[in-house]
Amino acid sequence: MDFFGRLTLDSLPFYSAIAASGAGVTVLGGLSVVALITYLGAWKALFGEWLSSLDHKKIGIMYVVVALVMLMRGFIDAAMMRSQQAVAFNSDGYLPPGHFDQIFSSHGTIMIFFMAMPFLSGIINFVMPQQIGSRDVAFPFMNAVSLWLTAAGAGLVLISLVIGKFSTAGWTGYPPYSGPEFTPGVGVDYWLWAVLISGIGSTMSGINFLVTILKRRAPGMTMFRLPLFTWTVFVAAILMIFAFPALTVACVMLALDRTLDFHFFTNAGGGNMMNYINLFWLWGHPEVYILILPAFGVFSEVVAVFSQKRLFGYISLVLATMAIGILSFTVWLHHFFTMGSSETVNSFFGIMTTIIAVPTGVKVFDWLLTMFRGRLIFKPPMLFTIGFLVTFVIGGLSGVLLAMPPVDYLMHNTTFLIAHFHNMIIPGVLFGYLAGYMFWFPKAFGFKLNEWWGTASFWCWIIGFYLAFMPLYVLGLMGMPRRMEHYDIAAWQPHLIVAAIGAFIIFLGIVCLGVQLWVSVRDRRSALDVSGDPWNGRSLEWLTASPPAPYNFAVLPKVEAIDAFWDMKARGVAYVQPKEYEPITMPKNTLIPLLVGGTAFVFGFAMVWWIWWLAVATLAFIGGLVIFRSFDDDPDFTMPASTVQAIEDRRYEQLAKHPANEMADEPGYAGDPSPDPLPEGAR
Amino acid sequence: MLTSADLNPKGPISLAERQLLFDAFFIMMIVIVPVFVMAALFTWRYRGTNRKARYDPGFVYYWPVEILVWGAPAAIIVWLGFHLWDGTHKLDPYDPIDKSVEPLEVQVVAQDWKWLFIYPEQSIAVVNELVFPTGKPLSLKITSDTVMNSFVIPALGGQIYAMAGMQTKLHLLADENGEYWGRNVQYSGYGFADQQFHAISVSDEDFENWVQKAKDAGKMLDKEGYEALAKPSSKLPVTYYSSVTPGLFDSIIYKYTKGNAHGYAMQCTTPELAQASQASGGETGSRAE
Ligand code: HEM
Ligand SMILES: [Cu+2]
Ligand SMILES: [Cu+2]
Repeated sequence: MDFFGRLTLDSLPFYSAIAASGAGVTVLGGLSVVALITYLGAWKALFGEWLSSLDHKKIGIMYVVVALVMLMRGFIDAAMMRSQQAVAFNSDGYLPPGHFDQIFSSHGTIMIFFMAMPFLSGIINFVMPQQIGSRDVAFPFMNAVSLWLTAAGAGLVLISLVIGKFSTAGWTGYPPYSGPEFTPGVGVDYWLWAVLISGIGSTMSGINFLVTILKRRAPGMTMFRLPLFTWTVFVAAILMIFAFPALTVACVMLALDRTLDFHFFTNAGGGNMMNYINLFWLWGHPEVYILILPAFGVFSEVVAVFSQKRLFGYISLVLATMAIGILSFTVWLHHFFTMGSSETVNSFFGIMTTIIAVPTGVKVFDWLLTMFRGRLIFKPPMLFTIGFLVTFVIGGLSGVLLAMPPVDYLMHNTTFLIAHFHNMIIPGVLFGYLAGYMFWFPKAFGFKLNEWWGTASFWCWIIGFYLAFMPLYVLGLMGMPRRMEHYDIAAWQPHLIVAAIGAFIIFLGIVCLGVQLWVSVRDRRSALDVSGDPWNGRSLEWLTASPPAPYNFAVLPKVEAIDAFWDMKARGVAYVQPKEYEPITMPKNTLIPLLVGGTAFVFGFAMVWWIWWLAVATLAFIGGLVIFRSFDDDPDFTMPASTVQAIEDRRYEQLAKHPANEMADEPGYAGDPSPDPLPEGAR
Repeated sequence: MLTSADLNPKGPISLAERQLLFDAFFIMMIVIVPVFVMAALFTWRYRGTNRKARYDPGFVYYWPVEILVWGAPAAIIVWLGFHLWDGTHKLDPYDPIDKSVEPLEVQVVAQDWKWLFIYPEQSIAVVNELVFPTGKPLSLKITSDTVMNSFVIPALGGQIYAMAGMQTKLHLLADENGEYWGRNVQYSGYGFADQQFHAISVSDEDFENWVQKAKDAGKMLDKEGYEALAKPSSKLPVTYYSSVTPGLFDSIIYKYTKGNAHGYAMQCTTPELAQASQASGGETGSRAE
């Protein structure tokens, strides 16, 4: 047995200029981050205050940082595919098949597992505990472990660019192609271990979110007073807990096939690949709802705040969310209608799929009715929401079409499908997260994001989206398969060129996001959020300071109605300082979760390269870390009441100096909490 | 290459599949159009600066509206559900198109990265070309001798997976003479992009001539020849085989199932099992046989 398993110098990407430059960019990117931190002298602060933090807000922010970095990487992949297909008519383009195939695989994997999932976990982490009036999530330590496991998975995908190759089996990794016979290299193993390690993190996140919502709500915050975002998180968390194990099992079985010569999914030897496909989509379909439900939650918050009106049909929206959650487990077969199941089986799953359109349609109408007789203010988050509403129904339409098995027989595996799911996932999921990012950014950092650049970014994203994906519907109707490295049908090319232009406009949208962040940080003093309530908000996260104190709420709020904070403002109790404070207990910082994640990364690397001794050692080390932590009898610290008092005094001083609400200057402003007249002394 | 596509069906199956797509599309407009109209109207009318518009922050629940927003989509889905059920049963790829007509049977094998068509009655085989008489139903039995593939001829209909050790079925029919393209649409490795074939529907007479042409090719497809052909290769030119070892197709499936018939019997039967059940007059339980 080799000391380094199958790792040799040949694993470095010097075989191709494109691969080598990809590796170069990755390495340079990493080095420049290191250099920047050194230059800023920020190592101590980085480890002391961020990487070791168990604070749900900081964990949330770190998740979002991972997501934004991976969004760029995922987009570079997309741009490469788009440019390849724009030129590859009767020619090989600039990407050979082996490389193109890695790119669609890494694009899909990154976008789903390492862009959307961290973005989702980040926003949930940051917002949900504050919305329910809690000081933290139920399991802060596990929360940090989840973060670092996700980061470990992302790290594995990134390092595959430098050492070895990535999978060519697509983001779905179907056997037998992904089996050892057809793809013996390390690519599929990178995919497997990245997905497995981050998947365990996601399962733990799900548990954490669910328990937090069940156990950590402020007094008076009954389930039917939960803000809609929290409701969607509640359902998404249940889906995470039930769906992710299916993925884990599928991946473990595939890993056994690949490394220990099992035959779960091989063609010969008694295996059956159909089982993998079933298991994968048993997770995969709920997964799309895990991604989109919280985005629906964001839209619900945003549309209410910027319509200056309570959400229309709250109960309907809650019921619709739950219905979607349940139904999402009954439709997975629509991903393989073409496998030869009987007409009755196909009809059943087709009908179940179309049924999901009902609660989804209800939601769309309820959001529109929230706008009805409101006073709309078109801040960037609201623009993303309106863009979503209009665009999303087109994706819903194509989804219902695909749910009809006979239509799917034609459209399956074509770019029509690609257009459909990007049509759900970009306006639905990504716009939701971007809206959330711009909506809650002031809460996280104490200043607002630049609106001009935010608006510009929105227009680039939406125009780019239509240009990039509407042609794919047409191409799908013309029969163009997905995952085509080159083609010989001239009629496809014009559409692919338009799609490439669309991708370029999306790129401008991403650039605008970067500029927005830069400009906002530079001009932060002119856009400070002093009150903590920059949008005239409705739910409890707007009650805290921006950025919130480590404990969020010095005194847990008492909730008496839906839109708890709005109600407190209306009753004039939102900003009444309590006479005295109590000491607050919070978890101490610890580097153990980071160590667990880092070790898991090395473990994954060892499994990919068959460095068995290292795999055993790292696994044992992780076990040791967990046991070591369990002996720590004193994981918390207590902030004395005097410190709390000092922090809160400063906050109330600030509040006194400034008007409580920074929306009042807006031309469309409809006034403070109404219809109730302002009670005496509310300010 | 060829231009025909789903927008331009050349057979009853793809025509019916497309019709279902159009029907569903138009019925869905009942909810889609209102969304567009409402979004545009509300965005304009209730913009914050328009002080003339009514502002009613108390409008958060109204039961007739609730009934409408649940009822209208539900009604459409009921309508769709019936059509879906109906269409799925009518257009089941396993069903013969016209039971009264004897179809032309072709056995299809997906290989890396090409398609082998075996005509058992004619005892010929062709690589990357599927020729058949216009107006005569085509009955395809499909398997794979490699990873999972998916077989489609967009102008005529499809698609269905091709899986090693299993057999799926597809029935197609062309209404007019023509040349269409068909291909694998399930990603299968390096040669995937070029894994396509010509599907040509011709008059009966031309079909006979074509069979004769294949018969004159003078090449045998026996076990060894097959093994050589099955090795990965792409952009193979059309190749004719004047005769085929009988039972070749079944032996390709059998290669993957031997010794495991029991473990498999739920999903997929070996040819022996299939024969046994046919002999006893029964249908095999599963469809990916
Ligand atoms: C930002 C703009 C985006 C562009 C221009 C883009 C473009 C593409 C392209 C060209 C493909 C390959 C299509 C084919 O196989 O022919 C693709 C596949 C895919 N994309 Fe995207 N995409 C974008 C965003 C996203 C996002 C946000 C997600 C998910 C959160 C996503 C998930 C996927 C997945 C799962 C696949 C399938 C990969 C596979 O075939 O295995 N994409 N995308
Ligand atoms: Cu699905
Ligand atoms: Cu089968």
